[in-house]
Amino acid sequence: MENDIAKKGDNNRRKFLKLGLMSGVTAVTGATLLANLASEEELKASGEKIKLLTPDGKVVEVDAENINKYPEAHITPAEARKGIPNRKFVMVIDLAKCKNARNCVESCQKAHNLDYHEEFMKVQLIQDNEEASPYWFPKPCYHCDEPPCVTVCPTGATFKRDDGIVLIDNDRCIGCKFCITSCPYSARQFNWGHKAKFDDKSQPYSPETSVPAAEGTVMKCDFCPDLLREGKLPHCAKACPMGVIYFGDKNEDIVTNGEETVRFSELIKDRAGYRHLEHLGTKPNVYYLPAVNRQFPLERGFDVDEDILERYKDVPEVQDFKNQNKTKS
Amino acid sequence: MLGKSSPISKFWIGFLIVVILVGLVAFVLQVIKGHEITGMRDNVVWGIYIINFIFFVCLSYSGAFFSGILHFFKTPWKNSVSRIVEIITVLSLIVGPIFILLCIGRLDRLHYLFIYPRIQSPITWDIIAILTDLIGCFIYLYLTFIPDFAMLRDNSEGASNWRQKLYKSLAIGYKDTPTQRETLHKITRTMSAMIIVLAIVAYTVLAWIFSLTLQPGWNSTIFAPYFIVAGLYSGVGVIIIAMYLIRKYYKLDHYIRKIHFIGAGIVLLVISLLFGYFTFSEYFSRWFSHKIQDTNLLNTLFNKYFWEFILANYIGVLVPIVILFFKKFRTIKSITFAAVVAVLGLWLNRYLIVVPTLETPYLPIQDTRPEFIHYSATWVEWALSFAGIAAFVLFFILLMRLVPIIPMSGIIDYEREQKRHHKPLIQNQKK
Repeated sequence: MENDIAKKGDNNRRKFLKLGLMSGVTAVTGATLLANLASEEELKASGEKIKLLTPDGKVVEVDAENINKYPEAHITPAEARKGIPNRKFVMVIDLAKCKNARNCVESCQKAHNLDYHEEFMKVQLIQDNEEASPYWFPKPCYHCDEPPCVTVCPTGATFKRDDGIVLIDNDRCIGCKFCITSCPYSARQFNWGHKAKFDDKSQPYSPETSVPAAEGTVMKCDFCPDLLREGKLPHCAKACPMGVIYFGDKNEDIVTNGEETVRFSELIKDRAGYRHLEHLGTKPNVYYLPAVNRQFPLERGFDVDEDILERYKDVPEVQDFKNQNKTKS
Repeated sequence: MLGKSSPISKFWIGFLIVVILVGLVAFVLQVIKGHEITGMRDNVVWGIYIINFIFFVCLSYSGAFFSGILHFFKTPWKNSVSRIVEIITVLSLIVGPIFILLCIGRLDRLHYLFIYPRIQSPITWDIIAILTDLIGCFIYLYLTFIPDFAMLRDNSEGASNWRQKLYKSLAIGYKDTPTQRETLHKITRTMSAMIIVLAIVAYTVLAWIFSLTLQPGWNSTIFAPYFIVAGLYSGVGVIIIAMYLIRKYYKLDHYIRKIHFIGAGIVLLVISLLFGYFTFSEYFSRWFSHKIQDTNLLNTLFNKYFWEFILANYIGVLVPIVILFFKKFRTIKSITFAAVVAVLGLWLNRYLIVVPTLETPYLPIQDTRPEFIHYSATWVEWALSFAGIAAFVLFFILLMRLVPIIPMSGIIDYEREQKRHHKPLIQNQKK
């Protein structure tokens, strides 16, 4: 009798162990299998096509599913993952011309519905060493070819497109912030709290416009693919009064700042173009032309809000400038 | 242990529950108002939550590691401490991951980790490692509990009905027949070897979350072994503290003896030497080669975090070494004191790895908002941190009421072994 019970117990225990091992194994294999399955998400199509006339007079065929949700030129999150065919976007920033006019920052903020301190494009004041003279350094997202942010994203919320642009799908983002810590250029920002503007659904969300932003997700400079699709320059490049920001297509080897159009390769060769922190191996798609033969003295950039000027207080020349102003008044 | 609760223990349980409730309030506030109410901002995006996460998960890994070693090598004095170590392992593995969830901006989208997983992300590796480790640890812990459950089942006539039923189902018909005993020993031994491996893998992946990024303070090749040693350091520390408290409040002087404290103290000494060595190598190579980003980081550490650095990396390492190195200092109280210093120092060491690095990015922070330049944790973060510790202690106390803290089966096994080999009982010799 006792023997029987023992046997039964033995069996039960074996069953339990099997169950435990099985669930362990399934947890691991399940996760890997899913990873393979979810590599590309297909846009669900209803199959029904509808012909439409676009504002510039072209007839396009659109899937019926998309019509109500995404009016006008809005790109769905699934489409936004593919990129614009045969393009390789590149930006060149001419540091010799920048005078911290901040038009790039402000027009970007307006277009992306950002608050005063939220800046996709930042203008920093950089002094490379004690002897060197400081210079204004506009800093967008570099849309790297080896983006560390994309590698570490656990859900594929941030992705690299065929046209070189790195975007964020804030419908997919879980807000783990790993991408922010892995970006060496501090290009990414987090929406720490709720803001009224997030509720404005008048414009449907697209990763190409980054509007509206969502609480608890990451956002950054997107190179304005919505404008690129229309053949226009990004807001920052268009707004710059000095023509500092050139934008173009590496495949066509052409960049333009809206006034002059130049060969990208020649510009980089002639003006010794470089990429910031090249040694990190991230291969940015934003190039800088060194701040030589400058068109404006540095002080021209000090004509900004007191609050903005305060940002650069650690740079010695800003201290000198402030002291001079004090003695004058 | 299984007896009635005294007024003092009632007071403590009440206190712990209050701390946990305050933490819950903080959690609800954080969910409603968003991460704005924490001290984290765009530069320091991870604060003390992730430090607590590393701390608890490391605690668990080191628990698994030690427990595995105690079982695998059939350490003679393992019986008195193995159960404590096992409970620490599982509890910290439950409490730890809660802290990583607090770092996540959109908890409502947590399932995306499984719907859209990307295998190249170290976070995905970490999830796989932690889940596997959790399951492994539970199986292992359960295996070591089976004989005790059987004993409780056979000796619980006076206990309430639900308890009898619980013990009966948990014992899964274990009758302590020689075949059953042998099978169970074999399985436990295999499992103990497996969880050592699991612990090392999981530790390593956790360290990689940091060392695979390009951040100057994190991108280090020695981070994985450094984290393993650091985890063992805090692990032994917490084990010693737990041993001290259990011995004191449950009057187990007969089972947890000075020999155990000295044994654990010597392990702590060896690990503190290793930990000090790793810490020194890490900072020394950065200081000596003085790349500009490393120099900036060290400037932050030596100026803004001067006292924290001294406390974490000098006091936190040297004090335990001095106490444990000299034989005359090795008393139960001083060993426990060394363990407390080690644990606090290690937590601060983790803080110095996470926060100053994020405050010193490649491009200088040019901002006017003080909270974006310098991180300081808010009451919400502290409340949740203490709630985590309180939950850990409370679960510990509750578990100790349900199961024996000293494995009875282990002691019987031990005595059986002794009889067979006619050896004197080391356990009974007063030291």
